[in-house]
Amino acid sequence: MTLTGRLVFAVAALVCAVASAQAQDDVVVKIGVLSDMSSLYSDIGGAGSVAAAKLAVEDFNPAAHGMKVEVISADHQNKPDVGASIARQWYDVDHVDVIVDVPTSSVGLAVNEVTREKNKVFLVSGAASSDLTGPKCSPNTIHWTYDTWMLANGTGKALVKTGGDTWFFITADYAFGQALERDTSAVVVANGGKVLGSVRHPLNNSDFSSFLLQAQTSKAKIIGLANAGGDTVNAIKQGSEFGITAGGQHFAGLLVFVNDVQALGLKTAQGLVLTETWYWDMTEANRAFTKRWQVARPGKFPSMVPAGVYSSVIHYLKAVAALKSSSDGRAVIAKMKEMPTEDPLFGKGSIRADGRKIHDAFLFEVKKPEESKYPGDDYKLRATIPAAEAFRPLKDGNCPLVGG
Amino acid sequence: MFEIFGIPSQALFGQLLLGLINGSFYALLSLGLAVIFGMLNIINFAHGAQYMMGAFAAYLLLQHLGIGYWEALVVAPIMIGATGVLIERLLLQHLRKLDPLYGLLLTFGLALVIEGLFRNYYGSSGLPYQVPEALQGGSNLGFMFLPNYRAWVIVLSLAVCFATWFAIERTRLGSYLRAATENPVLVRAFGINVPRMVTLTYGFGVGLAALAGVMAAPIYNVSPQMGSDLIIVVFAVVVIGGMGSIMGAILTGFALGVVEGLTKVFYPEASNTVIFVIMAIVLLIRPAGLFGRGA
Repeated sequence: MTLTGRLVFAVAALVCAVASAQAQDDVVVKIGVLSDMSSLYSDIGGAGSVAAAKLAVEDFNPAAHGMKVEVISADHQNKPDVGASIARQWYDVDHVDVIVDVPTSSVGLAVNEVTREKNKVFLVSGAASSDLTGPKCSPNTIHWTYDTWMLANGTGKALVKTGGDTWFFITADYAFGQALERDTSAVVVANGGKVLGSVRHPLNNSDFSSFLLQAQTSKAKIIGLANAGGDTVNAIKQGSEFGITAGGQHFAGLLVFVNDVQALGLKTAQGLVLTETWYWDMTEANRAFTKRWQVARPGKFPSMVPAGVYSSVIHYLKAVAALKSSSDGRAVIAKMKEMPTEDPLFGKGSIRADGRKIHDAFLFEVKKPEESKYPGDDYKLRATIPAAEAFRPLKDGNCPLVGG
Repeated sequence: MFEIFGIPSQALFGQLLLGLINGSFYALLSLGLAVIFGMLNIINFAHGAQYMMGAFAAYLLLQHLGIGYWEALVVAPIMIGATGVLIERLLLQHLRKLDPLYGLLLTFGLALVIEGLFRNYYGSSGLPYQVPEALQGGSNLGFMFLPNYRAWVIVLSLAVCFATWFAIERTRLGSYLRAATENPVLVRAFGINVPRMVTLTYGFGVGLAALAGVMAAPIYNVSPQMGSDLIIVVFAVVVIGGMGSIMGAILTGFALGVVEGLTKVFYPEASNTVIFVIMAIVLLIRPAGLFGRGA
């Protein structure tokens, strides 16, 4: 071997050694965004959640913490079996450390169990069922953005207090709808209201006229919509056609996202009262986030779900950086609960023992068309529900993690 | 007020009328399917996607060209019908000599592609479309509040159904069409351009789907998946009515709308399955469908 040859060999060996040392030092984290990418909830989470997770990684700046972070995504098609098998594949084969988002409560509950079994981390933003921090709570799960109890408490209480004391429910006939109806009925009754009746419709129903007619005959002041997405949009659209609002009855959209309001148009949606934990146009930081997010999702507006994905990923990465490891899911979650949360979108907050992330919730009213000044200018703030009151009290959840 | 099976008659009449309204959508969609199947022997699985395209066309015409509902009722079906003509010319034509299964697979694939494209560009939440000014409001019939727009839907749907039935069963053009289905070679020998007639028939069937889409835009959420929600039910309607039977499709469409409406009163949870239960029973007793001309 010539001298130059030996030199080249030596340099190459040195580079390899440095590179492998580097790899050993770096904590490698793989984030899996599991969402509805192709069906009715894909505008709520979907590609928007993936974009939010990537922004969170960018803002966290992994290189500065000696970390490497990768974001991957998949479509669970709103089917619990599909979601659970992707989760297994990710954990077992692809070395995914954390699954985020997962709209659709039935899929969320399935992934919750797989994550517990594999001792990984599950950060829920899209799924709503309050059971995730109740009987089904897990030391591997944090429920970040919102839940059915919070929706019921926000919208339900506000409406009963302003005179909407008789209710009729139009409910989607699956886990989420039933949980939402149950939680809202409890709030209505606890605040002195009365539930006059309810009707259950199949998921993805297009015609609501028959259910609306039953709601109309009930003479209830408030028609509570315990459903989501296209079902809520169809019910409200047809309700305005059947003169429900003109007749003095009011809709309570128990889970309405900014995307649904845009699908309805302000003319139809105006006056609707709803609860969310985040709105894109509330603060300068939110607007700045929206602008960056829209690079990936032109013309759309983020709901609270991608915002929650952003916030949860940031906090997760902070905890991993503090532990210098992502391998023990339970340890990471314990660290996340121990550290106070802080990020530009949700401000300061905390995580409870049952896995519930605590922050303020907001009661919004949809603007009239003439009040809206620019695209996406849809809500006005009616009330802020302080973090301490926004979520179900720790002792009422029946979570086995909470020592009684 | 008297009661029937524990349900106030008032509510029952209301539900019957609502059933008729939904039935008019079923009738209009299954009519298009029946025309296409009867004349081309193609099971058009893209029908739901074409219905969705009709609704989107109405939205886009309004948004970008300021063309309102009334014009869209005419323009959208012609536009979407033209895409149907293209599909027939470029794709379906080559399948004519093959088993109908190939047509089904092709149109099913097309439906998935079209839906995917729309979802990619417009998202899944849907787009707003208002009821036209002239048809807003409604009247109180005593037993229910009937929105003017719904009344219009029944009237228009009945008129279109009747006109189509008349054109196919009672006019000279219709007789050419029916003859061409029976024996294309002989009809061509009389100097009639059969392939063109078939192409136009497909375009017409697709236009009917688009018309239903425009009519649906003000009352249903205009979203890429609106067609796939409906198409399975409409197929059941066609099967119950008898594949290819025009009158069968129309009558079954209205009748099943009513049955579904009644189910929503007595047992709402079953409202999306009742049609399939009926389909199973009909297939057991009369495999060719209620109005089919024998298998």
